Amino acid sequence: MQYQSQAVAKPYFIAAIVLFVAQILFGLVMGLQYVWGDFLFPEIPFNVARMVHTNTLIVWLLFGFMGAAYYLVPEEAETELHAPWLARLMFWVFLVAAGLTVAGYLLVPYATLAELTMNDLLPTMGREFLEQPTIIKIGIVIVALAFLFNIGMTVLKGRKTVVSLVLLLGLLGLAVFFLFAFYVPDNLVLDKYYWWWVVHLWVEGVWELILGAILAFVLIKITGVDREVIEKWLYVIIAMTLITGIIGTGHHYYWIGTPHYWQWWGSIFSAMEPIPFFMMTVYAFNMVNRRRRNHPNKPATLWALGTAVMAFLGAGVWGFLHTLAPINYYTHGTQITAAHGHMAFYGAYVMIVLTIISYAMPILRGRTAANSNKSQVLEMWSFWLMTVSMVFITLFLTGAGILQAYLQRVSDAPQSFMVVQDQIALFYWLRELAGVVFLIGLVVYIASFFVGSSDPEATVEAQV
Amino acid sequence: MSGTFTKSMARNIFYGGAVFFFLLFVALTFDTTRALPKYDNRGAITPEVALGKRIWEENDCIGCHTLLGEGAYFAPELGNVYTRYGNSKEAIMAFIKSRPKEGIPGRRSMPQFNFSDEQLNALAEFLKYTSEIDTAGWPPNVQG
Ligand code: HEC
Ligand code: HEM
Ligand code: HEM
Ligand SMILES: [Fe+2]
Repeated sequence: MQYQSQAVAKPYFIAAIVLFVAQILFGLVMGLQYVWGDFLFPEIPFNVARMVHTNTLIVWLLFGFMGAAYYLVPEEAETELHAPWLARLMFWVFLVAAGLTVAGYLLVPYATLAELTMNDLLPTMGREFLEQPTIIKIGIVIVALAFLFNIGMTVLKGRKTVVSLVLLLGLLGLAVFFLFAFYVPDNLVLDKYYWWWVVHLWVEGVWELILGAILAFVLIKITGVDREVIEKWLYVIIAMTLITGIIGTGHHYYWIGTPHYWQWWGSIFSAMEPIPFFMMTVYAFNMVNRRRRNHPNKPATLWALGTAVMAFLGAGVWGFLHTLAPINYYTHGTQITAAHGHMAFYGAYVMIVLTIISYAMPILRGRTAANSNKSQVLEMWSFWLMTVSMVFITLFLTGAGILQAYLQRVSDAPQSFMVVQDQIALFYWLRELAGVVFLIGLVVYIASFFVGSSDPEATVEAQV
Repeated sequence: MSGTFTKSMARNIFYGGAVFFFLLFVALTFDTTRALPKYDNRGAITPEVALGKRIWEENDCIGCHTLLGEGAYFAPELGNVYTRYGNSKEAIMAFIKSRPKEGIPGRRSMPQFNFSDEQLNALAEFLKYTSEIDTAGWPPNVQG
């Protein structure tokens, strides 16, 4: 660790992993409810499990992004963090807010939670992904502001690199677009229109800047390739992201009561959204092939390359699959969407957070660069277990989605939703099975932190 | 990427592209806002519909259902349930009211929310309003 204050990143990464476990457990509960309808009913209805699954996902990714920023900004700026105490304080504020929210979902009916938190004063609850009580949303804004202030001041007083600038821009965008979570008009069409300013402009806009910056940082560190080269790529990639992705929001405006011209704008621009993801893959492999040194942390390289490939598959390929309006007409809101959502979130954002954790955690725990060989081997096993099972989850959901779209929407004798769901149950069973393997991968991942801690650090020579 | 293509050119494309396309998006948003009354059935937004939307939100119906194709994929699409139920508010209200407290053994179950008649009516009004939004012909058929 070059700067003492980078250490504040550690609790953020640990919290991220703990919430990751909760996310997956509730994912498995839902997967079971898909085929065993009244499993845990009425104690944990499906919607409650879903809120826990998706909100823990988002919150642990945010923990990961913040940890990443606290780790990499001091190193990029070549100075200590502006206010380490503030980072530590905000960690606890954020963790308590997340804990209270999950407890609220699980312990009382959602309507009671709305009442208890006085949703009527400023109603923001009950929209997908943004289910948190209003007071929690306000808490998130406060944490985000304190965080941006801290990171911003650090960058201001130190060296200003492209990596930290792009990261900061992405994080700023994240906070700004979150503000649309407070706009909930009675007009359903307007409501949906601006809901996507949070959701789409996050994952297909500003979050990609964060992704690009973290990936660039790790690539610089593990390959030793000239910063100039990597930064040029970074600019081009994020330029393509915003050029295609902003108007690409239109792929959500086909069928929600907006003017029909969005079918053209949305289809054309979002069809180009895979370009930056493709470039990212080419660039990551390019940089690793042109590396000037062999870094002893092999899993970090694996996660970095894996991110590039899986983000391209999940967001680029599976996104393209259903983004053109005439196709989306049949796939909109089916398991195809779920298939894409899973692989894209995993490939782009889960994997980039695991990349930076893989790179930084050994150093935060007192190693000079890497874990022991034993721990690395285990971590790489977990990489393959989780990644391959996610590929299968995606394939099974895609199978389910194709059948669903056909039986319910395309065939001459369309059948009702519930009847169709019964017929494709086999795919849901297989998805659940793949999910169990994913959980095993996650357990192996956690084990890799505890195995071989007393063994000597892996070196480059020992591995070749 | 080498030679004549410099980092500052890349940076300019990024800033220029981001600003240009964001402004274009804002312009399209203005146009959409202007055109929206033709599509969004806003004339039908009565106090009951607004109340129904609030009840919809405060019970997280979106956590199981899709509405105009967005939400969760566990339970039927409700954007067109009004038409699916033969343009009958009563049928919708009866369905919601009749959910067994303990669920239906082995079947995906919907909670019993114990709504008052006023709340049920507001929800049904909201779903009726939703079904009359111009969604460019989506969903493909009445099954949603
Ligand atoms: C825990 C999940 C869950 C939640 C939350 C939920 N529902 Fe449902 N809903 C279902 C399921 C499952 C069905 C299908 C039931 C069946 O066919 O036996 C259904 C069916 C319906 C139907 C009939 C649809 C049709 O085509 O037959 C209506 C109307 C409905 N729900 C309205 C609502 C409203 C309004 C809310 C919020 C107040 C809500 N639901 C919340 C799970 C849920
Ligand atoms: C990392 C980037 C991405 C992530 C994390 C992501 C995630 C998601 C998620 C979670 C949804 C479902 C939203 C909902 O619940 O309604 C969704 C929908 C969608 N995504 Fe992506 N996505 C990404 C990139 C892309 C790209 C690049 C494309 C296009 C090429 C794309 C096309 C779509 C489309 C068309 C839908 C709407 C599906 C529907 O009609 O039901 N996505 N995405
Ligand atoms: C054990 C593995 C997992 C299982 C069994 C599982 C299961 C599920 C289920 C059943 C849903 C609800 C679908 C619906 O709305 O009807 C869901 C939603 C979701 N899950 Fe998972 N999940 C798993 C892992 C993950 C992982 C690792 C991620 C993150 C990368 C993730 C991200 C999401 C997202 C973003 C949604 C919302 C999807 C959408 O709206 O399209 N899940 N998951
Ligand atoms: Fe999108």
